[in-house]
Amino acid sequence: MGEILSNYDVLAAFWGTIKLSLLGTFGALVLGTIVAVLRLSPVRVFQWIGSWYVNTFRNTPLTLLMVFSILGLTFILGLQLNTQDLNSNAFRWAAVMLAVYHGAFICEALRSGVNTVPAGQAEAARAIGLTFGQSMQHVLLPQAFRGSIAPIGSTIIALIKNSTVAAVIGGGEAANLMSTVIENEGSRFSVFLVFAIGFVILTLPLGLFFTSMSRRLAVKR
Amino acid sequence: MTEPLVVLKDVQKHFGDLHVLKDIDLEIGKGEVVVVIGPSGSGKSTLCRAINRLETIESGTITIDGKTLPEEGKELAQLRADVGMVFQSFNLFAHKTILDNVTLGPIKVRKQKKAAAEKRAMELLERVGVAHQAQKFPAQLSGGQQQRVAIARSLAMDPKVMLFDEPTSALDPEMINEVLDVMVGLAKEGMTMIVVTHEMGFARKAANRVVFMADGQIVEENTPEEFFTNAKSDRAKDFLGKILTH
Repeated sequence: MGEILSNYDVLAAFWGTIKLSLLGTFGALVLGTIVAVLRLSPVRVFQWIGSWYVNTFRNTPLTLLMVFSILGLTFILGLQLNTQDLNSNAFRWAAVMLAVYHGAFICEALRSGVNTVPAGQAEAARAIGLTFGQSMQHVLLPQAFRGSIAPIGSTIIALIKNSTVAAVIGGGEAANLMSTVIENEGSRFSVFLVFAIGFVILTLPLGLFFTSMSRRLAVKR
Repeated sequence: MTEPLVVLKDVQKHFGDLHVLKDIDLEIGKGEVVVVIGPSGSGKSTLCRAINRLETIESGTITIDGKTLPEEGKELAQLRADVGMVFQSFNLFAHKTILDNVTLGPIKVRKQKKAAAEKRAMELLERVGVAHQAQKFPAQLSGGQQQRVAIARSLAMDPKVMLFDEPTSALDPEMINEVLDVMVGLAKEGMTMIVVTHEMGFARKAANRVVFMADGQIVEENTPEEFFTNAKSDRAKDFLGKILTH
């Protein structure tokens, strides 16, 4: 185990995982919120776009999205996120696909959060003259976020673990290094252990954090 | 009657097969306090909610201060800002402090400065007697206190008219008076009010006019004294007979 840590830059690989997860989480939260607002808006067309997004990306395997980003978007359509460096291009596409894929889950978590907000809250917001956007921003979404911290937390933890899927396109993170190590050293239990512990270190505290936040920020009614 | 502020003309609405608002014609003058009473299911809450378009209507017109109620959008939001609404279940914003509940509208809709909005909010909270609770959250207050905050929240928008949709129906008996006292005070100061309520005492004390509704229709309109002592329609006599005997 010690030789793996000294011969390979495991920390750098996990730093890649962390960066990928941070970018993916940020993107997923933004996308998920936008799509949730679309699905909740009174305009039919927006609702359709929102449900199309969720149904498409929630039901497509992440591996397919990753492979599509390189084979389809980069090689066939020529859409490159970094023209100089193939690895960086793959890393950026991996972040985008993580965001796109998990955005669908964040949207649904948020929507279930909105359903925990009593209808009277929205009525009161409209009654004092807030527009749809304002009542979303100041009344509904803040309460919905607080009501959906636990499922959003689960989605983020899933996102961190799913970042390993980026290995299929060489996204420069922990699972990528793990396959290199296995190639060079053979598959040994210690290899597995090093990377498993790494992920536990990343996700376990987060899980505890989200649980305590969901309790602390719960809206009292 | 003074010049009409709220005018409903030939308003119709159905919930499925149920005709909840039938040929509603009603004018409310500036400074007038109108109490709407009637058996449950008579459409009085729907009428109240239709005035700021929380319920849509199928035909007829509703005008407020000469302006016809617009469809959804910015214009409707502006008009709602001028119409205060107090709900049966208070509906204070659960994630905001009492003070923030009162200042949200003035800051976001009226574009007031935060300091000015807070100063005015504290005056209003003082007036309804909950200023010392300003930093608490709604769930920490009693029902009566929450409802008084809800009234302050409406007042902060300087509304032209205030709608009360059964404001005391969800309250414990000993808290009803503290809310009614605030409402009587408002009425005395000349606020235009439309109040859906079962509180006959309030109707006698503060109302200029009682509107009696049954089965989606306005059956009878009269002054409180005349209505309570000398109701004309059988439907109203029957209703009063049931509630005034205790």
